[in-house]
Amino acid sequence: MLDVILGNPILLALAAVVGMAIAFGALLGFAAVRFEVEGNPLSDQINAILPQTQCGQCGYPGCRPYAEAITDGDSINKCPPGGEDTIQALANLLDVEPEPLDAEHGVEAEPTVAYIREDECIGCTKCIQACPVDAILGAAKLMHTVIIDECTGCDLCVEPCPVDCIDMIPRKGGIQHWYWPLPNGQTRENLIATDRSSEQAAA
Amino acid sequence: MRQIFDIHGGIHPPERKEMSNPGWVSDCDMPSKLVLPVTQHIGAPARPVVEVGDTVFGGQMIAEAQGPVSVPVHAPSSGTVTAIEARAVPHASGLTDICIEISLDGKDEWVGCEGLDNWRNETKAALLERVRLAGIAGLGGAGFPTAIKLASDRDSGIHTLIINGTECEPYITADDTVMQCFAQQIVEGAEILAHMVGAETVLLAIEDNKPEAADAMRQAALALDIAEVVTFPTKYPSGGEKQLIEILLNAQVPSGGIPADIGVLCQNPNTAIAVRDALIHGKPVTHRITTVTGMSLKDPGNRRVMLGTPIRELLETAGFNADSADRVLHGGPMMGFTVTDLDMPVVKITNCVLAPTRTEIPPPQPQQACIRCGMCAEACPASLLPQQLYWYARAKDQEQLERHNLMDCIECGACAFVCPSHIPLVQYYRSAKGSLREAAREKVRSGNSRARFEARQERLERDAAAREAKRAARKAAAEARAQAGDDPVQAAIERVKAKKAQQETQQ
Amino acid sequence: MLGDFAVLLIAAVLVNNFVLVQFLGLCPFMGVSNKLDTAIGMSAATTFVLTLASVCSFLTYRYLLEPLDLTYLRTLSFILVIAVVVQFTEMVVRKTSPLLHRVLGVYLPLITSNCAVLGVALLNINQAHNFMESLIYGLGAALGFSLVLVLFAAMRERLVVADVPEPFQGAAIGMITAGLASLAFMGFAGLV
Repeated sequence: MLDVILGNPILLALAAVVGMAIAFGALLGFAAVRFEVEGNPLSDQINAILPQTQCGQCGYPGCRPYAEAITDGDSINKCPPGGEDTIQALANLLDVEPEPLDAEHGVEAEPTVAYIREDECIGCTKCIQACPVDAILGAAKLMHTVIIDECTGCDLCVEPCPVDCIDMIPRKGGIQHWYWPLPNGQTRENLIATDRSSEQAAA
Repeated sequence: MRQIFDIHGGIHPPERKEMSNPGWVSDCDMPSKLVLPVTQHIGAPARPVVEVGDTVFGGQMIAEAQGPVSVPVHAPSSGTVTAIEARAVPHASGLTDICIEISLDGKDEWVGCEGLDNWRNETKAALLERVRLAGIAGLGGAGFPTAIKLASDRDSGIHTLIINGTECEPYITADDTVMQCFAQQIVEGAEILAHMVGAETVLLAIEDNKPEAADAMRQAALALDIAEVVTFPTKYPSGGEKQLIEILLNAQVPSGGIPADIGVLCQNPNTAIAVRDALIHGKPVTHRITTVTGMSLKDPGNRRVMLGTPIRELLETAGFNADSADRVLHGGPMMGFTVTDLDMPVVKITNCVLAPTRTEIPPPQPQQACIRCGMCAEACPASLLPQQLYWYARAKDQEQLERHNLMDCIECGACAFVCPSHIPLVQYYRSAKGSLREAAREKVRSGNSRARFEARQERLERDAAAREAKRAARKAAAEARAQAGDDPVQAAIERVKAKKAQQETQQ
Repeated sequence: MLGDFAVLLIAAVLVNNFVLVQFLGLCPFMGVSNKLDTAIGMSAATTFVLTLASVCSFLTYRYLLEPLDLTYLRTLSFILVIAVVVQFTEMVVRKTSPLLHRVLGVYLPLITSNCAVLGVALLNINQAHNFMESLIYGLGAALGFSLVLVLFAAMRERLVVADVPEPFQGAAIGMITAGLASLAFMGFAGLV
């Protein structure tokens, strides 16, 4: 049989290519088993960047599910509490282009904390069950109150409250955490008189 | 002659120091009221311990320190507390902070102040406690709690104490004046500080543009053998403690570290005097010497002013002409900030109040594009790369900013001073530093939230599992009972049947 | 002989640089040079693949195609060999560095169709290199690629934060910079 193949150049070529294919296929098969990979540490790195408010505005039930979705290829611009800084950090980590925040999932707002108006609280514990980080202190028929330092501002507690006594108030920065804003940037345009006057004409 | 060294970079801005007549101090008239912020230092705000309507005396503690990194506040004179509320404070943000307002009765009655007979006999801890209770913070302008700085307990200990009389910033002559007038008190303070930290050498550092101060200090230093006056060429910013250490000792403080890491401690001459007054006379920090200068003043000079005096009144003692003044600066022209409200008070860190005219310090020129000339890197005393920091600050690239050691920038302004495009570089760095710090805080918060969330998930799972286990156990028990023939339902039916049968037989 | 290898290496790295002088392999060059870290990773992967592929292609040609007189199948077989080598590399990368895999996963198949890899394999045949010469040539091509990729990535990182006029931002200024770099490398002509 070998003579037949060797004699016929076309058969020879075919045999050679098929032979190579089988040999390489075997090598790759072995490698696939030998270099098998479990789990996905990338999700952990992405989760570390997300703000952990567990609010669900991205469409996933928490930050870890969203991190895993991003690993599987979901877009990075779905997190409003994280805002632009988070999108930038994710873009840097994954080496993709940063996109503006997807307005479908919400807008970047000031950080807030929940506040329970204690006069109206009936002690039903519905908000305590809703809070993803256990930041509400209280028990059945006893006063409920929000621990400000632990509250992430996810506002999942506002809906379940039957007497609607929870307000979301801005998290105060104060003089201790103030810092300078970035300067405006060059005012090159305003130096040239004709540019200035044409701007004024347009305005 | 002690050998001195040089730092990289630095600039020579016009000094303009003669106009404030260094070497003379005059007292101020009693102000109409005092407004004392509870935060005049780096660290946690002090907590007021008086209430509206209380009568207070000079030297009385009106706000106590909160936590270890905090400093108390004392009343500078006698009067009544008229308000404790948020007021404008001298801070770059222009934001308000809690202040204690005292309406003075003019009698200037003081509480009894008891000093130590011999501070040498006290333990270091006792001395530190006195320093802390006296409300002493770094009076050179930084305001770091002195008790913490003196207590820094590195393994190697402190071998050199430097009294930082450099005062490299233009216009300011407060330290110069203090060194000329109170040289002996400074040396006494230095002796106490050296004893407290165990320093073997005391260096009294003075720039060579202050020959009278150097002479006065040399005279006074004869009383302390371990003390030596060292003068060196004038250059801004030689007065930064890291730069000064490099000039005097040719040693660099490691990046991200403090001078105590290499066994050195720097203190301002005013702070040294404050420590001496606290320990020997029991007097807390209630006054300070402030340079009031600028061409819009008829009578510029150094004033001994009560803390809490509104800046407006301080300016008026110097003959302030509000029309010719362009703006009022708290601090010097390089590192100071604009005072937005002249009712802001003088605080512990107010080393200078500057009221220039428009031609004296013109408004900043418009910012233009960076031409990548590299002058900023030549001028930087910390040997950083300001141009790269500028690009990365604009791009908000936190990783690169950290890699280029943004946190080692001392915000001296030398780079912005030399920039031919008038780029306000220091503002970019301050903004970037703020963002980095906020990002670090956010990271801690979100790490915390994640931990709580995961703990909650675990708790819910545990509860669910416990419920499952209970249900399974109950089910198993029921099945076991059924198998053993012990069926409660059947037993109940039997009982009813038996009862019925009994009733029937009875009838 | 060592001198000949040195000349061959220098020629492959600088004088006839595969990316900037011979204009092969431009896709991964422009695509992966955004960040320095990924560029270094990509260069490492390409070096490994190129050298290995160069050697395997040579061996396939010498010991399979030539004896069987099937040299006309070299393009097909080289592509097969290169594809296998790339797959193998991908599995190794996925095991050792998941991040690199997430980043380069798109580009590893790109290395398969990277004309520089096929180019090196075919040029080895054209220039009748022996085994050692094939190895050195492949290594030199890869080193030249890596050098240029890393340099270009460093430049692009700076360009991203610089004040580029709007019409030029992004790929445009990248292309212009690549052209200028190419002019610079052509200055090596006549070195060896």
